[in-house]
Amino acid sequence: MKPTKIIRTPLLAAALFMFAMPGAHACDFRNTTPVSMLSAGFEAWKVVSGAMEECGNFNAELDQEFRTKQPAAFAAQPSQYTLGGVANGTLVPLLNDGSIRALNSLVDKHGAHLLPNQLIRNDDDVVAIAMMINAQHLMYRRDILDDLNIAPPKTYDQVLAAAKQIQAAGVVDYPLGGTYKSGWNLAQEFVNMYLGLDGELIDSGNRPALNNARGQAALRMMKRLTVYMDPEYLVSDSTYVQQQFQQGKIAMANLWASRAGAMDNAEESTVVGLVDFAAAPAVIPGGAPATTLWWDGMVIASNVSDAEAEAAFRLMMHGISDPVLSANKDAAIWLTDAFAPARIAAGAMASAQGGAPSYPASTAMGLLHTALGNNLADYLTGKESAKQTLADVEAAYITAAEEAGVL
Amino acid sequence: MRRKTFVAFVAPSLVAMAALIALPLLSVLAQSFFVTTEVMETVVQKNCDPFGCKTEEVLAPVRGDDGRIVRATRWVGFDNYRALLQPDTVAAAFAAGGRGWAALANIDFYRALRFTLTFTLITLPLVLLVGLALALSVNRALQSLRGPVIFVSLLPFIITPLIGALSIRWLFIGDGILTAALEWFLERDIALFAQGWTIEVLMLFYRVWHVAPFAFVVFYAALQTVSQDALEAALIDGATRLQRLRYVIIPHLAPLIVFVALIHLMDAYRVFEEIIGFSAQAHRISLQWMTFDLLQPDDSGNRAIARASASAMLTMVGVTLLLAPLLRRTWRDYGGGDSGR
Repeated sequence: MKPTKIIRTPLLAAALFMFAMPGAHACDFRNTTPVSMLSAGFEAWKVVSGAMEECGNFNAELDQEFRTKQPAAFAAQPSQYTLGGVANGTLVPLLNDGSIRALNSLVDKHGAHLLPNQLIRNDDDVVAIAMMINAQHLMYRRDILDDLNIAPPKTYDQVLAAAKQIQAAGVVDYPLGGTYKSGWNLAQEFVNMYLGLDGELIDSGNRPALNNARGQAALRMMKRLTVYMDPEYLVSDSTYVQQQFQQGKIAMANLWASRAGAMDNAEESTVVGLVDFAAAPAVIPGGAPATTLWWDGMVIASNVSDAEAEAAFRLMMHGISDPVLSANKDAAIWLTDAFAPARIAAGAMASAQGGAPSYPASTAMGLLHTALGNNLADYLTGKESAKQTLADVEAAYITAAEEAGVL
Repeated sequence: MRRKTFVAFVAPSLVAMAALIALPLLSVLAQSFFVTTEVMETVVQKNCDPFGCKTEEVLAPVRGDDGRIVRATRWVGFDNYRALLQPDTVAAAFAAGGRGWAALANIDFYRALRFTLTFTLITLPLVLLVGLALALSVNRALQSLRGPVIFVSLLPFIITPLIGALSIRWLFIGDGILTAALEWFLERDIALFAQGWTIEVLMLFYRVWHVAPFAFVVFYAALQTVSQDALEAALIDGATRLQRLRYVIIPHLAPLIVFVALIHLMDAYRVFEEIIGFSAQAHRISLQWMTFDLLQPDDSGNRAIARASASAMLTMVGVTLLLAPLLRRTWRDYGGGDSGR
């Protein structure tokens, strides 16, 4: 039939083109077992899931709201997805539910080449395979700092001094950007700052421990920074700050490493090559960078057959194989020894070497993060004192923790 | 209508309402008096990630013999309501030496209630007035213009609420087109999302813009049935345009004004899309948003289902209280329990 043929030819051509595209790496096996994955949707996941599709019978759902679906979907019998993309925090509910499987035997069989630090262990079990790390760190416009003879700031006091100078020079709309959106983002900034002051968030009895001089100092520093930000900082998330950078509106920000690649994306960015990356500023001079380290990786559901799990693991290994990562060096800070870290990795690496802690993910921390996100804005808008705000955070945490059975 | 026919027609809808509304409502009511938690224990674990290994005490759920997580459900009475309403804090605030209203505004529930009530009560008259004004002017417009005018006026109502809110937000956020235009016009820097009251005004404006077409369509339809005889009689009696509106048209529309008010009160009290659409949560929250926020799992998978149930019940009580005067009026208009025949 003629019409079908007309339609089919371009499709075939497109398919061939896809395979011929640079960046496509033929899979070394043909996958026959259907495998599905639920993960976040940022660039790195697009790269990895794209590569996994080449092996066939693979279906990925990339969704930034994955964390609201994942625990229930994995607890189902059989699990709604074979593979899951997780990070430090989102691993906790899956681990607690027991809905992900130990990967030790699969690592022995198919993953001998994995680096030791890619194996996420819970006691003796390998429960996840990490593929990349992520952290918030300092990004700054090298050209602006050079013009004004400012050295890249190492502490937040230096950031404030630099911001003052940049504002006086009037070269950008706002000297600073910040992921201060009320909710998860704002809470994360507080956690960075507070841990940078060597603060303890939750004590050994799971009681909140942040209404103290350090907590108040962290809040005060955050407020001093907001003076140099777009006054709409309470609605500004990572994407917003990334765009402010790309459009040349800000000169410095403490932003996620996963956003670094976007600075040099000529299609969106007007500042290609002008943004440099350094360790997150310290709050105490000489202290650890005020940021937390994160990893992203994959888990396999318990409630799937062993054959499905094995197929999923082999797909995973192809998705994070060296040829795939080498072709996408700037998409993330990959955990691999196949190539030297890309330019975008500098900030996160420096933060890690400077002694920044990893995010202290736990059931209790999830509750505290929510309590922080819902209450901190009151201090920044001037509605409440730092002390009252932190008292509210602790009260909200205690209510939630009692309901969750943590206290 | 014969009773049997009546029952046959109404039964499917009653069954659906019982299964999809009444039963879930009862279930939420029941859940609001219980708390279900996983039973947790502290265990020592060695955890390794790319940044190193740590041996630490962590909370882990207890597993039963069948490998399933042990959950405990306990009756807590009104504790969930107490956690939301915080009667003790309120009493302390208004006792001698308390911080009064300031302390009240610090409790999420009252902050949300304040916004929800003002939002509902300010938009109600505006929606009615704008709807009526639109209906009256379209009714007087040339026959040939009416179709297009009605179509254009209905557009805001057709847009999905969340999408509508997002598009208004993008017009104003940062240096959005309209903010940039305002800045150029007023020759000063404007940040509409930097303080609560500007966001609140935007949300009010958006709701009126979105819902007024509904009032308009209802009123416009009713205007077609105004008795021309009564209008002519009023004209002969020397009634001015305002008097005709006041004594002939408004009384004719009265039942529909009550109807639109009812629907609007119900909808506006459940204000939610605006909070999300305008990312207002730093400055303004609503009761419905609170329920949503409690249900949202955090990174560690915790959800406050018990408090969310209590919050949902409180919202329902609020709607009922708000509607009570109007419902009583409607009940009277239809002759109380008598069917009016």
